[in-house]
Amino acid sequence: MSSNTVMPVAPAAGSTAASTQPAEASGLAVAAARAAGGAGSREDRARRTGEVILSVENVSLSFGGVRAISDVSFDIRKGEIRAIIGPNGAGKTSMLNVINGFYFPQQGVITFKGEKRREMRPYFAASSGISRTFQNVALFKGMSTLDNMMAGRTLKMQRGILWQALRFGPAVNEEMRHREVVEKLIDFLEIQHIRKVPVGKLPYGLQKRVELGRALAMEPELLLLDEPMAGMNLEEKEDMSRFIITINQHLGTTIALIEHDMGVVMDLSDRVVVLEYGRKIADGTPDQVKADPKVIDAYLGVSH
Amino acid sequence: MSGLSFAIPGGIGAVLAGLMFVLLRGDRRSVVDTIVHVALAAVTAVFLGYLASRAIDNPGGFLEILVGGLLSGVLYSLVALGFVLIFKASGVFNYAQGAMVLVAGLALVRSLDYLTGLGVANIVAIPLAILFSGAVMALCAFVIEKWVLRPLLNQDGLTLFMSTIGATFVLEGLAQMVFGSGVYPLRLFPTDAWILGEGMFPGGILVNKLDVWGGLIAAILVVALAAFFQYTKTGRALRAVADDHAAAQSVGIPISWIWFIVWLVAGIVALVAATVWGTKLGVQFSIVFLALKALPVLIIGGFTSVPGAIVGGLIVGAGEKLAEIYLGELIGGGIEYWFAYVLALAVLLVRPQGLYGEKIIERI
Repeated sequence: MSSNTVMPVAPAAGSTAASTQPAEASGLAVAAARAAGGAGSREDRARRTGEVILSVENVSLSFGGVRAISDVSFDIRKGEIRAIIGPNGAGKTSMLNVINGFYFPQQGVITFKGEKRREMRPYFAASSGISRTFQNVALFKGMSTLDNMMAGRTLKMQRGILWQALRFGPAVNEEMRHREVVEKLIDFLEIQHIRKVPVGKLPYGLQKRVELGRALAMEPELLLLDEPMAGMNLEEKEDMSRFIITINQHLGTTIALIEHDMGVVMDLSDRVVVLEYGRKIADGTPDQVKADPKVIDAYLGVSH
Repeated sequence: MSGLSFAIPGGIGAVLAGLMFVLLRGDRRSVVDTIVHVALAAVTAVFLGYLASRAIDNPGGFLEILVGGLLSGVLYSLVALGFVLIFKASGVFNYAQGAMVLVAGLALVRSLDYLTGLGVANIVAIPLAILFSGAVMALCAFVIEKWVLRPLLNQDGLTLFMSTIGATFVLEGLAQMVFGSGVYPLRLFPTDAWILGEGMFPGGILVNKLDVWGGLIAAILVVALAAFFQYTKTGRALRAVADDHAAAQSVGIPISWIWFIVWLVAGIVALVAATVWGTKLGVQFSIVFLALKALPVLIIGGFTSVPGAIVGGLIVGAGEKLAEIYLGELIGGGIEYWFAYVLALAVLLVRPQGLYGEKIIERI
């Protein structure tokens, strides 16, 4: 990863374990993290994020007669934070579901890390490095926080079912190694106190955080966040933004997120794609998008 | 029956019932609930007190009935276990579990008959027959996953339940078409009995060896399965799939593989149940109705709990035998056939999730 050399903030970039993060990250809000780099950071990032990790070309998706997505193309570059915005029903979540392999588009091609596919499959997406969170938290409610996050390690654990059944030797060592990784993530997300609590009992904000933890446990290259801040108060939003920035900058994870809070979107993201009624109406930096008359029309309504 | 022998156990029973009332009552406080609970507690107290007084009158006889009941309860547990496994891992209530016991039993007994008919010695024939019936169960698991469940991925639990009813008829029909529909005796375990404790009780206690074998096998299965579910990656993946299909897929859990594993394990459990039940009753179509007895067991133990299936089975097994003998003297026989269902109804009133079930709290 040659791009590491120009990472703006992190002295220990890329491979750094998450455990070193909380000390520097805690207490910092979005603004502080951004201020460190400011506008200059954005340009730096634009340079180092040249390489396209995922591209979506001419994707159309319909359910029966309803067109959810019509002929949308865009790309996501390595290391960037890419926002997908648009009014309700614009097809944002459908788009994530296409990328993640839950929906199969009727037309179009998805290229991830150079590999072209007509349609994704969830297993292929997960094993090649795409993880995601859901709009309405989709956790394993009966399981503890720890187990939920360990479930995120499923693909990383190699030992076969017979070794696991034996309960000694390689499978147990493996379990312990992965447990360590998960514990570091738990520290990073500041959820140590709920480690053993069944997640169904947690308040909403913490559930969102555990879900992020599960997605991170997969060590994804591309992280899809579907409204990570929906229903949160200001403080929770700041925490979540801080986590997103840290994940992006220190772990080097590429992030695509859907979010309705325009302030957050414009602060966090490097580039924004705007959908309306399943079509792409704008694509560019936050400033370009904000100034685009079509976007203003879509959000405020067209004056006649 | 002396006054003392009734008073002491009656008192113990009342205390137990009071405890049960407090423990099980949980957070409901409505008047109707309270009345129902008190009534149930009183009935339970009287029943337990009466049992205790009879136990004191004739400890040997009581123990014999209790042990026999518990051990036959283990067999209910075995069938219930198959249900729990599938329900935990796929959220499907698998109506076909009884049919799977039939399929496993028929495959085993017919292949064993065939092999011994060829003059193969038992020591070779039995493992071969077990392997063969295991393979049949694997085939069942594969077919059900591929053609029944996979097309219904992400569908409602009720839809999946209906599809297993369909699978039941197909399995029953096919199994009888291929293997025949008679009553086939199976002799894998000794069927004679031990007489224990002759020195302590007049006549001793009669214990069926078969029941003891069944109990042992069930215990081993349960411990192994519980550990597997709780501590391994695959076990975690199974629980994850049960909780949320989409989320499980998103972390890369291969759902079809997991479902195959689950149905295979349920098939193996069915095979074990079939060997024990088949030795007891002969392998025949009526084995399917065992599945009906597993239903109250599940309601009592909780649909999602492996230990629940075991405890539920033991309670039903012991309860129905004790009720049959002791209540039968007072109000006439035939209690064995309905006792489990009444017990299940009572549990539903007090604790709908069952003794060990997860209380599911839906946020709205």
